Amino acid sequence: MNTEKQLYTVSIYTENNIGLLNRISAIFQRRHINIESLNTSPSEIEGVSRFTIVVFMDEVGMKKIIGQIDKQVEVIKAFYHTEEETIYQISGLFKIKSDLLFEEPKIQNIIKESNARIVTVNKVFFVLEKSGKREELKELYEKLAVFGIMQYTRSGRIAVTKDEMKISKMLQAFNNN
Amino acid sequence: METQTITKSKKIIKTTMRISGSEAIVRCLIEEGVDIIYGYPGGAIMPVYDELFKFQDKIHHVLTRHEQGATHAAQGYARISGKVGVAIATSGPGATNLITGIADAQIDSTPMVCITGQVASHLLGSDAFQETDIVGISTPITKWNCQITKAEDIPSVIAKAFYIAKSGRPGPVLIDITKDAQFSQFDFSYEKCTKVRSYNPVPKTDITTVEEAAKLINAAKKPFIVWGQGVILSKAENQLKAVVEKAGIPAAWTILGASAIPTSHPLNVGMVGMHGNYAPNILTNQCDVLIAIGMRFDDRVTGSLNTYAKQAKIIHFEIDPAEVDKNVKTDIAVLGDAKESLELLLPLLHQNSHPEWHQKFKDLYAIEYEKVIKNDLYPTKEGLTMGEVLKEINIQSKGNAAIVSDVGQHQMIACRYADFNVTKSNITSGGLGTMGFGLPAAIGAKMAAPDREVVSISGDGGYQMTIQELGTIFQQKAAVKIVVLNNDFLGMVRQWQQLFFDKRYASTEMVNPNFVAIAEGYYIKGKKVTKREELAPAVAEMMTSKEAYFLEVCVEKEDNVFPMIPSGASVSDIRLE
Repeated sequence: MNTEKQLYTVSIYTENNIGLLNRISAIFQRRHINIESLNTSPSEIEGVSRFTIVVFMDEVGMKKIIGQIDKQVEVIKAFYHTEEETIYQISGLFKIKSDLLFEEPKIQNIIKESNARIVTVNKVFFVLEKSGKREELKELYEKLAVFGIMQYTRSGRIAVTKDEMKISKMLQAFNNN
Repeated sequence: METQTITKSKKIIKTTMRISGSEAIVRCLIEEGVDIIYGYPGGAIMPVYDELFKFQDKIHHVLTRHEQGATHAAQGYARISGKVGVAIATSGPGATNLITGIADAQIDSTPMVCITGQVASHLLGSDAFQETDIVGISTPITKWNCQITKAEDIPSVIAKAFYIAKSGRPGPVLIDITKDAQFSQFDFSYEKCTKVRSYNPVPKTDITTVEEAAKLINAAKKPFIVWGQGVILSKAENQLKAVVEKAGIPAAWTILGASAIPTSHPLNVGMVGMHGNYAPNILTNQCDVLIAIGMRFDDRVTGSLNTYAKQAKIIHFEIDPAEVDKNVKTDIAVLGDAKESLELLLPLLHQNSHPEWHQKFKDLYAIEYEKVIKNDLYPTKEGLTMGEVLKEINIQSKGNAAIVSDVGQHQMIACRYADFNVTKSNITSGGLGTMGFGLPAAIGAKMAAPDREVVSISGDGGYQMTIQELGTIFQQKAAVKIVVLNNDFLGMVRQWQQLFFDKRYASTEMVNPNFVAIAEGYYIKGKKVTKREELAPAVAEMMTSKEAYFLEVCVEKEDNVFPMIPSGASVSDIRLE
């Protein structure tokens, strides 16, 4: 088992209940594991929520934590995956002075080259959206920072796995029982 | 997010009646077979108490003197009966006072349902009088918890609470119910919960793992079983005994596994862990196959993991997949209910006896007897020992009493020396080490098993943490036998200070009150023993008493509990002195 620390994407299929976030985050907190990012959303199954959590830790600890998450009553199933096993994206928003858009030709090039999207423009500011890997957003941030960024925020990772996670089958098996 | 997802198996059309939420709570408890609950009233739970008043012929409410006492009493009740213990309290401080007992039940896998009142739902989050976010507070120490703000949700949530508390690896569940939900009327019907789609309480046993385990056990020259409370929780005592006897395997127990096989059984080789017996600890590091059954390799059992049973193949029979490989890497994990797994295992095992291996246990026992046990049970020095008190209790109880211990030196002595003839006889706070557990837990134990002798054994420290429950004993006429082994010290901490902190006895010496007078203040007959010749008659008087009885035994002030594995040391580095 891998004892080196790396990024893991944790996917948790759950019931959609108040308090579950608290219960899950407490499991990381107990072991002093910092959550790099966290996203909750509906999943492909109606009424089932999906948590996507990114943590930096070793696999031995990861396995133990997955076991402790999995045994929570309202968790249907928890998985962990490496970077290679997932397709993932994050999204960033940049709020920048509108003057720059018109006066700095370099910015226009940066926008084009980075495949960023202008979400809105008004007299005072414009908002740029960029989805991709963390490094791509970092790169764009660094390029834009030179000109001044009014606001910047980045989303948590969302990820799908290359392999199947057989949640529907599990729920079906339960219903047939 | 939705407040509550309610899982119903099959819709059964039932006649409903229009009642209040609070009446529904009491009716739900009755439906779940609850006849005793422990609790303390207060503002936010008053509607429920009003209903308890009406239903007192069906449910006996025991008024403890503190909500912590209610949880421990519910735990004592659950541990001896195997049923779900129920504790009830009001919002705010009532709810927070439950926390220690809930944490204790969580770590010791005790089925318990706690019901707390909560401020009315429109006041939630407003810092209302006696408002506490008890669901938030109790989340990491409950198996499940839930807040109810609508009366309609009461039956399904309570049904789910009982199902979750008692199924699989048991644990505590807390249900927080707002006052408006208690007051409002709705159409009540009750349906027991039999499954929850996101919850798999008992993993299915894979027969191939059982076969692999059997192969390993059959080939073993020095097999060794360590069993835990899982055996008791799954009612696998007979199956364990059959496996032990057929394969001739020496078997040791964790503190919570005690009494699953009688003390006198020739293959019962004693307790493992920090203050366990010499042979099972030493031989943990000599066995070739270690078979762990319903135990979780707690650090008090294993000592240093780096040197724990490294030579052995490890087989782990376990109901909770999260426990597998958590502390000790296993070679074969047999998931599932211990009783079912052992039933599958038994026919695959060869008859065996391992006489040479057994001899090793006997030889090491002889060393422990000479160095420790003899001096504990038959001391020649003037001062009384805790061990000889246990010996006298054994003589009087003939090993049939349920021993409820608190936490500390006396606990280790009680677990080491009490004779257990029947299962569920050792009730103690294992994982959490909750001082103050013993006295209230003994109340619950006695009420769950009124025909059994229940002996509460505490130290002078822990006893005073929940001493107010003498009031409950008096009011309930609970015939609990209360023993305080008084050394005027917080003995276990003092022992550590002596051994590891150069005898700097920081805040461990106790100036104690007149314990007998306090017991007598509650109209409980009491006696204090300071001399050896007084001990046997006093224990006899206590044990033959039909009512509650208090016995204080003044023991040697600075005795230590041995054997001992120093914290962080290897099990094989266990010290005899």
